Amino acid sequence: MHANPVADPAARFTGSNATGHSCAQSVPAADAAPALTLRDVTVAYHDRVVLRDVSLQLAVGRVTALLGPSGCGKSSLLQCCNRLSDLIDGCRVQGNIRVFGEDILAAACDLRRLRKRVGMIFQKANPFPLSIRRNIELPLIEHGVRDAQQRDHIMEKVLRDVGLWQEVRDRLQAPAQSLSGGQQQRLCIARALALAPDILLMDEPCSALDPIAGGRIEELIGELRGRYSIVLVTHNLFQARRVADDVALLWPMPDGSRLLEFAPRETIFSAPQHELTGLYLRGAMG
Amino acid sequence: MIRSLRQRPWSDSLLALACTGAALLLAGIFFFLLWDLVRPGIGGLSWQFVSTLPAAAGRDGGIAPVIVSTLLILGVCLALSVPVALGTAIFLAQQQRGLPWAAWTRRSLDLLAAVPSVVFGLFGAVVFCELLGLGYSIAAGGLTLACMVLPFMIRAAEDGLRAVPREYHLAANALGLSQYRLLGAVILPAAAPALLAALVLAIARALAETAALLFTSGYVLRMPSSLFDSGRTLSVHIYDLAMNVNGGERNAYRSALVLLVLLLLINTATHTLSRCLSGKARI
Ligand SMILES: Nc1ncnc2c1ncn2[C@@H]1O[C@H](COP(=O)(O)OP(=O)(O)OP(=O)(O)O)[C@@H](O)[C@H]1O
Ligand SMILES: [Mg+2]
Repeated sequence: MHANPVADPAARFTGSNATGHSCAQSVPAADAAPALTLRDVTVAYHDRVVLRDVSLQLAVGRVTALLGPSGCGKSSLLQCCNRLSDLIDGCRVQGNIRVFGEDILAAACDLRRLRKRVGMIFQKANPFPLSIRRNIELPLIEHGVRDAQQRDHIMEKVLRDVGLWQEVRDRLQAPAQSLSGGQQQRLCIARALALAPDILLMDEPCSALDPIAGGRIEELIGELRGRYSIVLVTHNLFQARRVADDVALLWPMPDGSRLLEFAPRETIFSAPQHELTGLYLRGAMG
Repeated sequence: MIRSLRQRPWSDSLLALACTGAALLLAGIFFFLLWDLVRPGIGGLSWQFVSTLPAAAGRDGGIAPVIVSTLLILGVCLALSVPVALGTAIFLAQQQRGLPWAAWTRRSLDLLAAVPSVVFGLFGAVVFCELLGLGYSIAAGGLTLACMVLPFMIRAAEDGLRAVPREYHLAANALGLSQYRLLGAVILPAAAPALLAALVLAIARALAETAALLFTSGYVLRMPSSLFDSGRTLSVHIYDLAMNVNGGERNAYRSALVLLVLLLLINTATHTLSRCLSGKARI
């Protein structure tokens, strides 16, 4: 999967932090060991490069908003971080990705363990067509929680965490599809939390929801801050401003998107280093 | 009261009319067929008819051995075809676009599905009766039927499996579920209604078959004592009574009615099972 010869130094976007130095200056909370480190990550679909030389370091316990115009490769970047990219036809990932120091692109990487540590929430809520209880039980069983009592305990805890317990405690046997869209999304978050991940990748988790349900999820993300390291893809700049600690902006270039800027929220919104960043964040572009 | 809201352009009305008409026509054909069977067949249809031995080449007496042979042949057919079809369908459905020989498998299945059943009969006569030495037997007939329904069953099951949304695959993989658990706990329950529908259609095909069986299971009218005995199915019996036996019409009609009831029973049972399964899947 890492065989795609894509480097073309001459065509490199000079303003990007492709070499990592401008990134290094802006790495937030640089003293903490990073939860997720990407170095020169390049992603291609059937030899068409969509992401080029992206380097990032995400600090533990922070919420990082990943912004960028539609189609610039935000979802693709997330999918590399739990190797869901393996499932996608023609997708090739180059570079180096480390989760708490462990190289996850290595062939020897244990995918089951990786996906337990790195949870993912999709744009469209995707609970299994099973009962609410079964949705949370299934991954727990898979990951070796044999004791039914312990599973119930975890289920109650995570459902409380996502604020769903009061709403579903009396109908755990009901089909998950009978929940509302917002409730389904919270169930999916609970399902991911049940595995006690270190990192949560959230791909536009609110965009298919109405503002109230979306607001509820957003609040939830705020509550999860500190306990989980979160990457939040969003098109909602206000949302990024409200919940993110750090902001990363991907920008499409003719030869694949680059990381344009990565900085703490206050810095990037008040004093962006690139003109494009300023324009985009003021909602004037993209 | 809200009629004005429901006014539709005339082309819509025409389309609705045409569709309803087609449906009514089909229902009409079915009821005509049913009436045609019931009128001459219902008289003298009794428990005794299905539970006693035939007499005078089937002209008189019952059809007990025929029913037993039918069920045995169907059993052999399903015992082979269901696991093979399920395995192949799972394999094919998992291939994204994939291996060239998945494409070839699919293409050959489509061709096989179009092969007339007589040809399967000849194939079965050579391979199962002669090469495997099964002779005219229920086993040979069941195996031949299995070959005949397999292509059809596999493609229907593959479609059912593919209809399960891809989101479930992604969700399961993102949670680190094994392929085995994804299949067993999510995909198969979700696809169960479609798989059972495929099964019912395959059974209906198998029960309706005569040509392929004439060469393989034969048409002996005795009660079979093992799978290696020859035996005739209901369809073969009806064919024989109608074509070769003078005065066999009355019992032919009755047998046809029994076949219809059998199909109805299998259909209902499968539907119930399907409802239970998808109900259980939700719990
Ligand atoms: N499976 C795939 N096969 C081929 N190309 C793909 C595939 N998935 C995505 N792409 C391409 O990769 C590029 C990035 O897609 P991606 O979905 O990562 O963008 P995105 O930033 O998440 O967009 P959006 O904001 O609309 O969700 C797009 O140009 C898309 O056409
Ligand atoms: Mg996306």
